[in-house]
Amino acid sequence: MSSKGNSGTIVFALLVTTLSAALLAAAATILKPAQDENVLKEKQQNILSLVGLNGANDYKKFEELVQGVVIDEQGSPIKGLEAISLDLASEKKLKTKNPSYKVRYPLYIYKDKEGKVTYLLQMAGVGLWGPVWGYLALDQDGNTVKSAIFDHKGETPGLGAEINTDGFEKQFNNKKVLNDQGQFVSIKVEKGKHDASMPHAVDAISGGTITSNGVSKMLEEDIAFYLKYIQQNSNNKAL
Amino acid sequence: MSEVLVQPPAEKKPLLGKKERKLLTDPLSDNNPVTIQVLGICSSLAVTTQMKPTMVMAISVTAVVALSNWVISLMRNAIPSRIRIIVQLTVVSVLVILVDQMLKAYMYDVSKQLSVFVGLIITNCIVMGRLEAYAMGNKPYPSLLDGLGNGFGYGVVILTVAFFRELFGSGKVFGFKVIPDAIYEAGYVNNGLMMIPAGALFVVACYIWIQRSFAKHLEEKE
Repeated sequence: MSSKGNSGTIVFALLVTTLSAALLAAAATILKPAQDENVLKEKQQNILSLVGLNGANDYKKFEELVQGVVIDEQGSPIKGLEAISLDLASEKKLKTKNPSYKVRYPLYIYKDKEGKVTYLLQMAGVGLWGPVWGYLALDQDGNTVKSAIFDHKGETPGLGAEINTDGFEKQFNNKKVLNDQGQFVSIKVEKGKHDASMPHAVDAISGGTITSNGVSKMLEEDIAFYLKYIQQNSNNKAL
Repeated sequence: MSEVLVQPPAEKKPLLGKKERKLLTDPLSDNNPVTIQVLGICSSLAVTTQMKPTMVMAISVTAVVALSNWVISLMRNAIPSRIRIIVQLTVVSVLVILVDQMLKAYMYDVSKQLSVFVGLIITNCIVMGRLEAYAMGNKPYPSLLDGLGNGFGYGVVILTVAFFRELFGSGKVFGFKVIPDAIYEAGYVNNGLMMIPAGALFVVACYIWIQRSFAKHLEEKE
């Protein structure tokens, strides 16, 4: 191989890039199934942990344990779509790009042994540095929060990143999303004004204002969406 | 490869002679990439809040430095000097992407914790620094050792930093609680400074201070 002259340089560069590309393409193809499985497994484990199913192998029985529904903007179920394979974050991204796009939401319904229903909601939003997301368990009454978990891609450690700690998540237990008149008020992540007895607010993270606001906005947007379905369905049952 | 043709067959040498051992051990202390050459500081501040991800980061960086050193050294006589930096960068990027993909496939939890910092190994000055300073002018085997040595040197420092940050920042070591609840009840609180990158700066600085007070020969003479 000559290291002098343009043609030698070009040939060398071509050779190196082609080899690298081939190697990376091969690696990506071989590793893709294992990676996808990890992502799916994590999602299933997150959803199940909302109702206290934390066993290492519970996710394998995901299909039996919960029933997935994809709902549209009117709150009616869309048939023929698998909830678990719907990517909520990209649905919402399509909506921001094109306001006329009709977002679809994945909802999971868990029935315990006594037949009591828990709605498991998936939420997606934006923090300071990147996406934040969460899952929320809503009681049969469509009002009381049973538990919530949050996570993020790259929020500041010690500050915004605290949203995925127990300390933050536990605050959501037993909060209400509706006011006494039955109107939707969401749960606000607020600084300072919080006290444990307030049904519609949790304490924000000091130093993580933008992340906290992102979580707040996400809760407001997404819970409202799911409530359409939940209220229609509980009304139907009352009839 | 050309060097095989040019040079007479080398005498049988032990796998780890004195020179080879020096290549491995020098970067651990006297020529440490982080504390002496002050390279790769960025990631040592970012990933060292807990020991487990730090360990994975240390192994990843070691793999990347050692392998890229070896590959570049194999190609060193063929690389046109005008594009050598970009060729080095290509080799490093390929290795980093491979490491990242492997972590995503087989160590998903850790890969999530390390997030962007695995990708940022590409910009770790230790990697490019060793390629330019060593691999471009030395044979593959010593280059591989040099890479391993520097990777270990980096690992030792970030693990030490992570140990103190995890201990004082969250009261744990390798994820296991070591500071008992009784002490927390007595009013002890975790040090929040240790959880933010600034905390690592203090720990690295103390490390350098202690190292230099022991190894006087490192001090520049006036």
